[in-house]
Amino acid sequence: MNTVFPNLKAKGREYLFILPAVIMLGLFYIYPFFKIFQLSFFDWDGISKNMIFVGLAQFKDIIFDNPIWWQSMAQAGYITLLALIIQNGLALILALFVDRGIKYGQVYRVIFFLPPILSGIVIGLIWNWIFNGNFGLLNYWLAKIGLGHLAKTWLADPDTALTCVAVIHMWKGFGWGFIILLAGLQSIPRRFYEAARIDGASNWDVFKRITVPLMIPVFVLVMILTVLGTMQIYDIIVSTTGGGPGYHTEVPVSRIIAQMLHSSRFGYACAMGLVFGLALVALSVMQMNISKRLKQT
Amino acid sequence: MKRKIDKYVIKNFISGFLSHSVLILVSVTCIFPLVWMFSSSLKTQQEIFKSMSLWPAAFNWANYVIAWTRGGFGVYFLNSVFYTVTVVGGLILISSLAAYAFSRLTLPGKNIIYYVFLAAMMIPIPGAFVALYVLLVKLGLVNTRLGYILPQISIGLSLSIYLFKTFFDNIPKDIEDSAEVEGCSKLGIWWHIALPIAKPAVAVIAIFKTLAVWNEYIFAMIILHDKAKMPLQRGLMIFQGAHFTEYPLLMAGITITVIPVIVIYLFMQRHIIQGITAGAV
Amino acid sequence: MLIPLVALSFTGCAKKSTESSITEIIVWHWMSDRVDAFDKLAAEYKNKTGINVKFELYAPTTAYAAKIRSAAQTNKLPDIYAVLLEMRDFASFIKAGHVHDLTSYMEVDNDAWKNVFYKSGLAMNCFSEGNQYGVKPGIYGVPTDVNNIQMIYNLDLLEKAGWDTSRLPATWDEFILLGDKLKKAGTPGLVSGWGETWMIHCLADNFAWNIMGKEEILATIKGEIPYTSPAWISVFSLFKQMKERGLLFSGVVTMVNKEAEQIFANERAAIAFNGSWCVNVYESMNPNLRYAVSLPPRVNLKRRMFIWGGTTSFVVNKASAVKEEAIEFLRWLTERKQQSFLAVETNNIPANRYSANMLKGPIAEFADDMDNVVHPRFLPIEEFPLVTEAFDKGIQSIIIGEATPLEIAENVEKTKLKETKKAARLKALREKR
Repeated sequence: MNTVFPNLKAKGREYLFILPAVIMLGLFYIYPFFKIFQLSFFDWDGISKNMIFVGLAQFKDIIFDNPIWWQSMAQAGYITLLALIIQNGLALILALFVDRGIKYGQVYRVIFFLPPILSGIVIGLIWNWIFNGNFGLLNYWLAKIGLGHLAKTWLADPDTALTCVAVIHMWKGFGWGFIILLAGLQSIPRRFYEAARIDGASNWDVFKRITVPLMIPVFVLVMILTVLGTMQIYDIIVSTTGGGPGYHTEVPVSRIIAQMLHSSRFGYACAMGLVFGLALVALSVMQMNISKRLKQT
Repeated sequence: MKRKIDKYVIKNFISGFLSHSVLILVSVTCIFPLVWMFSSSLKTQQEIFKSMSLWPAAFNWANYVIAWTRGGFGVYFLNSVFYTVTVVGGLILISSLAAYAFSRLTLPGKNIIYYVFLAAMMIPIPGAFVALYVLLVKLGLVNTRLGYILPQISIGLSLSIYLFKTFFDNIPKDIEDSAEVEGCSKLGIWWHIALPIAKPAVAVIAIFKTLAVWNEYIFAMIILHDKAKMPLQRGLMIFQGAHFTEYPLLMAGITITVIPVIVIYLFMQRHIIQGITAGAV
Repeated sequence: MLIPLVALSFTGCAKKSTESSITEIIVWHWMSDRVDAFDKLAAEYKNKTGINVKFELYAPTTAYAAKIRSAAQTNKLPDIYAVLLEMRDFASFIKAGHVHDLTSYMEVDNDAWKNVFYKSGLAMNCFSEGNQYGVKPGIYGVPTDVNNIQMIYNLDLLEKAGWDTSRLPATWDEFILLGDKLKKAGTPGLVSGWGETWMIHCLADNFAWNIMGKEEILATIKGEIPYTSPAWISVFSLFKQMKERGLLFSGVVTMVNKEAEQIFANERAAIAFNGSWCVNVYESMNPNLRYAVSLPPRVNLKRRMFIWGGTTSFVVNKASAVKEEAIEFLRWLTERKQQSFLAVETNNIPANRYSANMLKGPIAEFADDMDNVVHPRFLPIEEFPLVTEAFDKGIQSIIIGEATPLEIAENVEKTKLKETKKAARLKALREKR
């Protein structure tokens, strides 16, 4: 009896499961990606019919000759570091509280997700007001509690501008981490905790021995998403500092968009996009390796 | 004995107090912008940046009516709802099917394809909208709803597949086997067993993607020409001139756009909390 | 499960377009505040000629810029579109065949159409003889309104500080003197949207033209005069002086123009450097504001002061099927009656100089100085964008005290040399083909 053909048919049908996804990815991601890859080797302003092939010249320029690019990467990296530690730390603590069944947990769940819902416009307006050097809320409250000498023009001062942008980003972003961490925490079966408590384990023990190991995949996910999301920060910069003062709050995406739309170096912008993408892949792979090592311990 | 209880009670009280303080502090910073936005929507243009108080001098509820009519919100609202439902629905459908295949089915080459998806998640392409436009022109999908919907589904694809796969990997084998014995097809298992187990993933993806689609505007501006196809964000642009912004109306418009999302979130977040019941037995 | 799929397939069906004999002209722009005015004009034109003019809004400006470029790459530009382009990009658009040459239309009947405009409004749309882009000299766009940027003084705050407001500061020394008086009175001085680098460049350029004049500025762009020359360093030093005398509103270097407008409208600063569009903003936020408009103070008393001006202009797509009708529409749009309507409706300076007498109040003060307008775009050559960026961000650094004028001048010159080398390399590559 020939059993090859029936198998093939069944297998073929199973490929249908992934077919829509593959088609979508192929069309709307891989195709544009290759277009951009192609364009990065050309000097092109995005408009004229002629493109000049320059090979790796643009890549060389970005990597070796463009200190502003690396400054923007470093600045995005700084915000990312802050986000990983403070933003996710806060999200974890809050998720733990809510998971433990604190009073009004339901209410908090909704409230913490309000920042991500807000549009960039509102966030820009509000935080511009809070950080304003002349009549902003922050300086107002500092003066009220007697710390008036700390008042600054937060968003215009090169020492504080970047950190303030980071604060806004973290404020907006912690709701996401909170949700994902909460979902992860909630999926740990309660009986594990009950069993541990019956055995007399303290809160810290429970956290260390049960919560953390089970949550590692979630931690990794949150970490990767935070890095990816934060390195691509853009809207907040546009609505608060515009990359200034000087170049102090420039980030990779603002540099790319500036080249693409405002100084007609489309090919160069594509090259920047590629360098950026590769840097992010490297970061993500690094994180996944670290997590694999953590899982082994 | 009594002293031990007291110490325990006090420790509990302090930790409870601390945790509540932190929670309340964070909550205040979260709620404040919304309150400011709402109160601004009821103020007048002159009042908005002059007075610091959150209480408007007069309650101009008319701002909402004006914002709705001048912003043309009726059509845009329906469009946004349509886009959100189709994109989120399409995304969950396509990604869960693919994730199920990656997780539970044996297909030669599936691992390589899966890694390609993961790589796609990690390599963003900023400024891809121009390339996408060119592609859509080639496909004849410029200024069509389909052309607006499909690329948005593909944007969240990798992450959704990853999330679903994580859940599907944990499905106990014996449940699947018993279902197959009872004559359930792979598709049936996906629908009846896998998806319900992954409800938290569905909820998270639904929320992520709803927000993304609801707040999207650049892609809409580039791809669509007809006003009749534009989403809500287009309506808000009316109030933001290049130089002159009508703040109260803008705030009223934004409040209108924010309410449905809050409602959806309220609805969805319960499902995250339900979580996996102890081993789907 | 199947329902969304079915719904999707329906949306894919193209709507059958009803063939009609009505000519349609499609216009793209980003100006949210002109939507009502444009719609009214379109309705009037339809009544008059039966042609249906559709104004389509795509805001904000980043979205509009992305849209035009995407449409250009696929030849899907509309019949008429508003210009939001640097000269270099404008030139590329023209060379790629996306812009119709309007010179002949403008020069018909002894320059009949050409002469109704303010010179600066038209100049923004012109490419002159010997321009560096290789574009055939001519007029490529139609201005529909113009604006300019000047110093604005809050009369109440000036009087409170003891300044005689019948004479606004006309020279640099007077300006500094005013600054000192304001400081003594505890009133913040100059506020402007210097987070937007072009705004800084505007004032710096105004001073530069006043100090050096057109020829030296051209020579600098050509590379014949370095940015480290004493004249340029004196331009940079003006900003240092303003900062040191406490003339500037704190936080001015990351301020967007909208925030600066808000501050001035709410009388929290005495001086603003802003464009004529501010009239609408100030009126809506504070109708009681008493202010006067004046040219920036002259540093070099031997030369006049120049200001920047801009326009809102439209171009006609060379590939449009209704080119002639589109040009006719633009001609109608710039006639006196329509221009007066636009000017009053939107409180902007009309492009047609003969409609300016309709203006009253501060906007008229702006309009009076239209003949002092210059702009880098009027020059046949343009500075490298990265050099301009270093220039503007450098001034930001001077204002926050991070660098000295000399350091910035050296940095700008360094960038200039690097860009010049790069351009030479590219030119060599281009000529190799």
